[in-house]
Amino acid sequence: MSTAANNPNTALTIRNLAVYFGANKVLKDVSIDIAARAVTAIIGPSGCGKSTFLRALNRMHELNPEARMEGEIKLFGDDIYSRNVEPVVVRRRVGMVFQKSNPFPTMSISENVTVGLRLNGIRDKKILNERTEQSLRMAALWDEVKDRLHAHAISLSGGQQQRLCIARALAVQPEVLLMDEPASALDPLATSKIEELILELKKEYTIVIVTHNMQQAARVSDFTAFFYIGELVEFDVTTKIFTSPSKKQTEDYVTGRFG
Amino acid sequence: MTAPNHNWRKFKNTFMQTLTFACAILVVTPLVLVFYHLIKEGLSSINLAFFTQLPKPEGEDGGGMGNAIVGTFVLLAQAAVIGVPVGVLGGVYLSEYGGTKLNWWIRFAADILNGVPSITWGIVVYALMVVPMHGFSALAGGVVLGLMMIPLVMRTTEEVLQLVPGGYREAALALGISKWKTIVQIVLRTAMKGIVTGVLLALARVAGETAPLLFTALGNENWPHNLTQPIAAMPLQIFAYAIGPYNDQHRQAWAGALVLLLLVLFINIGVRFLTRDRFKPKT
Repeated sequence: MSTAANNPNTALTIRNLAVYFGANKVLKDVSIDIAARAVTAIIGPSGCGKSTFLRALNRMHELNPEARMEGEIKLFGDDIYSRNVEPVVVRRRVGMVFQKSNPFPTMSISENVTVGLRLNGIRDKKILNERTEQSLRMAALWDEVKDRLHAHAISLSGGQQQRLCIARALAVQPEVLLMDEPASALDPLATSKIEELILELKKEYTIVIVTHNMQQAARVSDFTAFFYIGELVEFDVTTKIFTSPSKKQTEDYVTGRFG
Repeated sequence: MTAPNHNWRKFKNTFMQTLTFACAILVVTPLVLVFYHLIKEGLSSINLAFFTQLPKPEGEDGGGMGNAIVGTFVLLAQAAVIGVPVGVLGGVYLSEYGGTKLNWWIRFAADILNGVPSITWGIVVYALMVVPMHGFSALAGGVVLGLMMIPLVMRTTEEVLQLVPGGYREAALALGISKWKTIVQIVLRTAMKGIVTGVLLALARVAGETAPLLFTALGNENWPHNLTQPIAAMPLQIFAYAIGPYNDQHRQAWAGALVLLLLVLFINIGVRFLTRDRFKPKT
């Protein structure tokens, strides 16, 4: 653990993280290293703090005015909670995809992809067009939409909308991509497309995914963290978590005995 | 014993159903009556001259209220210039920024303002603008209508912004877009139809106001040419003609009322058109 802080293979170094909403402590003393260019799955029953953990990684939990954090999170060595760091800058480096696909309904497919660039001042048509194609290709959506880039984003199917949201997050070229149950609202076919995509994306990106679906965690992730009532119970290589976990609670959860 | 009881219940049911239906019909009857009267009394006076000419001197037949029609649009334009930015930005504050306690007071104040009688608005603007400026003016008329629009626009803006799903705000913020840009480019754009609807309804509401204009715009026999001078407006002209002694004035008053009602009706139809797919699911 001590060597991890400046290891280029470590994307996020989290030390003694605690998050409060008002007087309610929802995360307790979490320390974990998130490997770069790998998929880390966060599992655990509802209310265990896994979404809060994810949102603390790009300071999205601060949208709740009651929220307060303790501890330290470093992104490739930079303290993202340092006094002179704006949350806006952190969120450009750590992108996020949500459970419910949420493309902007007033914008076309291509406008949705480039919105993060355009609203941060990039006007150059050439760059925007390049980034649109590149992002849509990475999100495995290009072939399906290349002939209708100017169609309304909400004309796409649910699975396509979610891949559009992934393309939108990729377009700003983040270093880490957080995914909060990205496939839980999708049918099995759309889900498997998202999973293939995750495996493809990890070649270039660090991915942290919250999932309720144990098989999904086993299929896509390299590392798995099991949270229970605000505490990190166990964190290890995924195959170990699912075959021979060292804690009884983890075993009970992954074998479906509770949760 | 059971049969009469059953009949009595059936009777009560039918009776209540009929009663509520009668009341529902009663609600729309005034609209029919208003239209019937306005068309019967006013339609014959509506011609090209009515829209394009100035009023004729007292006692002479003919002429029109073109100046009052233009004046009403001038007043509404001024009102929009004041009421729309302040109302919309106030609504943005309530929906996107404000804290619970302060918001409660602002909403409370806005709701009181919505209930302030229009003549009260007139007196206040008379005291604050007409007296210090030594004269009635189109400007004072625009200000009073604009002030009346602010709480209306603010409350509807807040309501439609609250209808924008939080997921859009989160998605934008997670892309590293600043809060202000998120509000302008994402939230306001998504809610644009609703905001325009609120503005149109507020305009329709103040378009027919008469009492506050009596204290401010006053009315004018000529075409509008200077915002610091009194200006003609349809409600004022209708009022002046309706209490006048001549039959032709009365006919023109009816025609004016009909045109004013049609203006409000068209605004409402426009609103229906804008909102026709507002509640279509967005996913």
